[in-house]
Amino acid sequence: MTSSNTRLDDFDPAKFHDELVRHKLIIPVGVPGAFGRNHVFEDVLARFDDAVTRVARDDGAEKMLFPPILNRKVLQDSEFLDSFPQLAGTVFSFFGTEAHHLELQSCLHEDKPWAHLQGMTDVVLIPAACYPVYPSFTGVVPADGRLVDMQNWVFRHEPSPEPTRMQAFRVREFVRVGTPDMVVTWRDMWLQRGVDLLRALELPAQADVATDPFFGRGGRMLAKGQKDQKLKFEVLIPVISREKPTAVCSFNYHQDHFGKIFGIKLPSGEVAHTACLGFGLERVVMALFKTHGFVPSQWPKTVREQLWP
Amino acid sequence: MTERIRNILKEHGRLSKDAATLPEDADLYQAGMTSHASVNVMLAIEGTFNIEFPDSMLKRSVFESIAAIRAAVEQLTAGG
Repeated sequence: MTSSNTRLDDFDPAKFHDELVRHKLIIPVGVPGAFGRNHVFEDVLARFDDAVTRVARDDGAEKMLFPPILNRKVLQDSEFLDSFPQLAGTVFSFFGTEAHHLELQSCLHEDKPWAHLQGMTDVVLIPAACYPVYPSFTGVVPADGRLVDMQNWVFRHEPSPEPTRMQAFRVREFVRVGTPDMVVTWRDMWLQRGVDLLRALELPAQADVATDPFFGRGGRMLAKGQKDQKLKFEVLIPVISREKPTAVCSFNYHQDHFGKIFGIKLPSGEVAHTACLGFGLERVVMALFKTHGFVPSQWPKTVREQLWP
Repeated sequence: MTERIRNILKEHGRLSKDAATLPEDADLYQAGMTSHASVNVMLAIEGTFNIEFPDSMLKRSVFESIAAIRAAVEQLTAGG
């Protein structure tokens, strides 16, 4: 049926990567987990992003755009490094004198370590599209809460040759602030919307309770607590494995975590609760390529009508 | 043992109430202990009592009160 695809039921990460490259959809750059995207890949990504916009059209979300860097203090205050020290990308740069510069050059030209000649800057790469927004909520939120819509490049330090695990990727993200009831109702509505949207694209999407990759033994305790309290859900689609489907959409209920840290209050004076949801845009695109083949013009008409209405 | 647990809670629990006078069955999470704080309490308990919690005990309920923590420590030090 889809002549460009060898076998759609054959789940092999290396083969999938090579097929994406062979169809020029992704462009290797010499580092695992990083690659360029061609215009076909980008068109599908933009069309899916538009489809999300259509679903959210009447929600009245405030659109915000942040750079893909974050105030380092926000990362520290958010306890990201307590949870995921292995994933963070801290930006370092050169603060030295001319003598240090000479030393740097000689290290570089002699292929010697040079990290000691750099110092930590005030910024980090953003680990999730929603992180810059929480400090902007400090104070009392309106009675009906806040709802923000964002898209950003995020960084995760998890180099991997398999194409769905990227070091840099885009997330379309929404954040809700309000009472626990408001936030959970909104999360549940979007969980259904996410599954519906992906199934309308004829993707075999399933929702499930999930955990974040917390670091170390303490992290296992955090993950268990997160799972027992059902604080994280994902929508999953088989892309590189049938047994371990890929998360393409993630929902986190933070309870009062960010509310406490950034002083976000409800009109009643109580600490506001927050939740976020994000579509991993590249992963959705890859799920479409995996499921429907590598040539969008050959996708089923019903799928094309959803994306190119 | 209870006093040592109270001292650990005072240092690592980030409680909004006084760990020295908190009832033994009071819910520590209700008393302000965050999940990250509970991890630090867990690690401090391990260090103080020279024990290691098995994976099956690395869960919220084991650290939800002074009494629960004491029961867990007693279970791991018994026969040891």
